[in-house]
Amino acid sequence: MGKTIAEKIFSAHCGREVKSGEIVISEIDFALAQDGTAPLAIQSFESMEIEKVAVPEKLAFFVDHNVPSPSQEVSLLHQLMRHFAKKHKIKLYDMGKGVCHVVATEEGWISPGNLIVGADSHTCTYGALNALATGVGSTDLAAVMASGKLWLRVPESIKIILKGLLPEGVYAKDLILYLVGRLTARGAVYQAIEFEGEIIQEFSLEERFTLSNMAVEMGAKAGIMRADNKVREWLKKRGIRSIQPVEPDEDASYAQILEFDISFLAPQIARPHTVDNVVPLKEVEGTPIQQGFLGTCTNGRVSDLKIAARILKGRKVSPGVRFIVAPASRQVYQETLRQGIIEILVEAGAALVTPGCGCCVGTHNGVPAKGENVISTANRNFQGRMGNPEAFIYLASPATVAASVIEGKITDPRRFL
Amino acid sequence: MHLKDYLLQGKAHKLGDDINTDYIISGRYKFKTLDRNILAQHLLEDILPNFYQQITPGDFIVAGENFGCGSSREQAPLAIKYARIGAVLARSFARIFYRNAINLGLPIIVTDTRKIKNGDELKIDLSQGKVINATAGLSLKTEPFPPEIMQIIEAGGLIEYFKKGRGWTELGR
Repeated sequence: MGKTIAEKIFSAHCGREVKSGEIVISEIDFALAQDGTAPLAIQSFESMEIEKVAVPEKLAFFVDHNVPSPSQEVSLLHQLMRHFAKKHKIKLYDMGKGVCHVVATEEGWISPGNLIVGADSHTCTYGALNALATGVGSTDLAAVMASGKLWLRVPESIKIILKGLLPEGVYAKDLILYLVGRLTARGAVYQAIEFEGEIIQEFSLEERFTLSNMAVEMGAKAGIMRADNKVREWLKKRGIRSIQPVEPDEDASYAQILEFDISFLAPQIARPHTVDNVVPLKEVEGTPIQQGFLGTCTNGRVSDLKIAARILKGRKVSPGVRFIVAPASRQVYQETLRQGIIEILVEAGAALVTPGCGCCVGTHNGVPAKGENVISTANRNFQGRMGNPEAFIYLASPATVAASVIEGKITDPRRFL
Repeated sequence: MHLKDYLLQGKAHKLGDDINTDYIISGRYKFKTLDRNILAQHLLEDILPNFYQQITPGDFIVAGENFGCGSSREQAPLAIKYARIGAVLARSFARIFYRNAINLGLPIIVTDTRKIKNGDELKIDLSQGKVINATAGLSLKTEPFPPEIMQIIEAGGLIEYFKKGRGWTELGR
């Protein structure tokens, strides 16, 4: 019997052939934590009474969720991370560098075939680089710090085959929202998704990251793609020259094989308060909004800001709307500055905030008021997610967010293209 | 874990499907403090204001499918543990929550929670994997843990497991 990508990657990291369903102790190639999870991981590590971090060279910390610090309590947690990282020689990317999942790929931490864990649920983003990457908890991270290894279950896999190409004005975000709506929040719990289809080859790496990023919204452990020449080229630019892509065997066994014809897909929206509450945009078209947010590990990259700028060029954000933009990393910020994208967004009325998670996680940088509607490019719209349980969050593509902040209501971006 | 820790008794607090970790503990608190007792006071606050005040130590959270989906925050099972919830019962758990609960030594039980109503009195024997709904007079089947995971649970969580210096060798067969 053949193996899935997940089974092959686990086998390579366990020193023996393993099958889905097994619980294994696996070598980890790279592990990360952010300011919402690292402080707890540090506490857990110290409680284990282990002196030395086993594999500091395989670890990175990111200060990205709550930046710049809004309070003395948060500053203390950031300081704890800095001190620990310095003491144990762990690479720390401080505030302003950007969102962990964007920075980790930019900095060349991720290669095909890697087994990666992160104390952040959107660690699955790296599946776009043919890595088995999954979110874990803080004590898990402590165990990796202590040993370089972690207990994991080898997941079953679901193959999602995408037929056809996307129409004009419909984006990777619309596609993944559609898939989350179809599979639901629990459609892939404990399982790895393998994405297949012509559209994947067609997609840029940035679009692929958007897809893999939201695999966890279906409960998946990972959202993996094959590595093609685009991956090879993309990694080469980031200093990684030799790669070993992992392909699934023809006769691999899947829990499910699902096919979707995407050639007629229209823009999609996830309505409050769950990510799988997805409808075609036209069903909520005209819903008034008071805030728009462009950014995050899902949609805060150069191409995302670029499409928003294309729509906003020469236009203004509606007077009743606040439009917040958080470039996902300093690199994204610099590149969009160079290309004049930031100029267009600011001219239109956008408020730029520090590269990082921005207002997605409800700490600061744009907490909505009671009863307000927000349209956001983020990946979650749970009640209270942005800091106010009495606000309503709609998730959409960067193009839809840009069109909607111009009109002050949920708007089909195809009108502006 | 001592034998007495395997025997639990308390009242069911019934929740629905897909309870995410943002609901269990809001980002407003998780980024601000590591104080477990403060986190516990805000347990499930956004969807059930005053939930913490309604708990008697030893009570159970009883949920539907996919409990603990969303963010990886370990503050979620930690807040539940420090609110002195005896165990979480659900038809299924989201994977990161499942890991976190095991690593922290918070008992979690997969069972058909449709047979439990809000307020039912439950008796649980963790060592036997038995759940008795005393109010309804029912005995519920539970899904046993794989032996590897049982080792972490029996140690009292992953920190204790490592503290005992056993590393991974025993677990990793």
